[in-house]
Amino acid sequence: MNRDRMTSSTSTETLLRTPLHALHLELGGKMVPFAGYEMPVQYPAGVLKEHLHTRQKAGLFDVSHMGQAFLGGDTAALERLTPADVAGLKEGMQRYGLLLTDAGTIMDDFMFSRLAGEADLYLVVNAGTKEGDFAYIAAQLGDAVSLTPRPDRALLALQGPAAAAVLERHSPGISDLTFMKVVRTSVAGAPAIVSRSGYTGEDGFEISLEGPDGERVARALLGEEEVLPIGLGARDSLRLEAGLCLYGHDIDDTTGPVEADLVWSIGKRRKLEPTFLAGQKIMDALANGTARKRVGIRPDGRAPAREGTEIAARDGRVIGKVTSGGFGPSLNAPIAMGYVDSAFAADGTQLDLIVRGKPLPATVVPMPFVPHNYCRPKKA
Amino acid sequence: MSEVRYTDQHEWIRLDGDEATVGITKYAAESLGDVVFVEVPSVGKTVAAGGEAAVVESVKAASDIYAPAGGTVSAANEVLSSEPSKVNDDPEGEGWFFKLKGVSSEEFGKLMDADAYGKFVESL
Repeated sequence: MNRDRMTSSTSTETLLRTPLHALHLELGGKMVPFAGYEMPVQYPAGVLKEHLHTRQKAGLFDVSHMGQAFLGGDTAALERLTPADVAGLKEGMQRYGLLLTDAGTIMDDFMFSRLAGEADLYLVVNAGTKEGDFAYIAAQLGDAVSLTPRPDRALLALQGPAAAAVLERHSPGISDLTFMKVVRTSVAGAPAIVSRSGYTGEDGFEISLEGPDGERVARALLGEEEVLPIGLGARDSLRLEAGLCLYGHDIDDTTGPVEADLVWSIGKRRKLEPTFLAGQKIMDALANGTARKRVGIRPDGRAPAREGTEIAARDGRVIGKVTSGGFGPSLNAPIAMGYVDSAFAADGTQLDLIVRGKPLPATVVPMPFVPHNYCRPKKA
Repeated sequence: MSEVRYTDQHEWIRLDGDEATVGITKYAAESLGDVVFVEVPSVGKTVAAGGEAAVVESVKAASDIYAPAGGTVSAANEVLSSEPSKVNDDPEGEGWFFKLKGVSSEEFGKLMDADAYGKFVESL
């Protein structure tokens, strides 16, 4: 059996550890190198059970490797680097943004929050890109802002339909928070920044804590019968089913916001006056279309098509490539996303995925593959 | 009487008379995790020792299965295409992948026996 195609689990470099490292070992986590950290890819339950449990009840993820930071000073200056509406973000709200290169491609994607009564923005960027992002923001925005990375903090994600009931027991009142809202509160007695968001498509929360509180709060949440610890393996299959991009795979500095189908992250006000990097280029792409587009793909059979798989038109011409592909446990079927020539991007388009040299029939489908289950505010 | 041998790629091969059955070991099944797809070779295909013979995919990754010895595929476990989880449930029994005819006793004899394979796994 050849496991060369799998992520190598051997590394000589020194890996960083999150504040939950000892707990992962105690829980039987299978530790692998990821973005410079030693992280659990799965626990004894395994990826399939962890995935399904998160969709049915609740899963707890350690995402302390991600890049937390506070941005002070003229926070609206961030609008030069992102097409998201930063200035218009109301207190107590969180938003998704793209960090742009000067060519208008995607340097990273990130979440930013405006906490009630605080001048600083709270940022969460990707683990593998955090050093570069922080250096870039500081260099681009200079003295206008002050950026304070907080690698000392822990970040937990509690995701799944039971997440609100579970967290309510440790943070009374928290279930009143709706999707993409954020609050400073306490969880199991520890000071926390809690947002109602995540990376699974399920209802849930992300909980930022002082590092030393991380393990105790994680233990309190894992003590609830609905909660299982979930590794990076299921985190990836959950986000893929939810149609969410993974930076470095589905989006990177060779893809733009329009072809990546992330136009929804461009603020309405920002479209009228595109003062962000490569603003006119991005608005032109929006007006004229792009040569390729990110789409969802369902292979007809059971064989998964992995990242890098070529996508062909029925006449055999290669028209794209899979950027994320695997098996969707909730669908009990393979799923993929990738970029195709825009002429082949319409839902229902029949394609072939070239897997081990053979064309496997597949269909372009809308995403998410599994419906989102967010706790949106009820319309008055 | 049947005899089982093992490869350092974690395949097992069991010789019963003139036919050998091939699968992956319990260790391999556990380290792969939940198997969601298996591609077995066509009956009649000729495989060389160490050649790619089958594919097994878990939720996260694909792995090649090599033929522990050369031969001609005489049967393939088609049940695995609809029930790939049999590889996890019973890797060294119902989760077999394919059968070979024409396996040379010389190639077979070079493979690890259960004791040697057990020590090999412990060394990993």
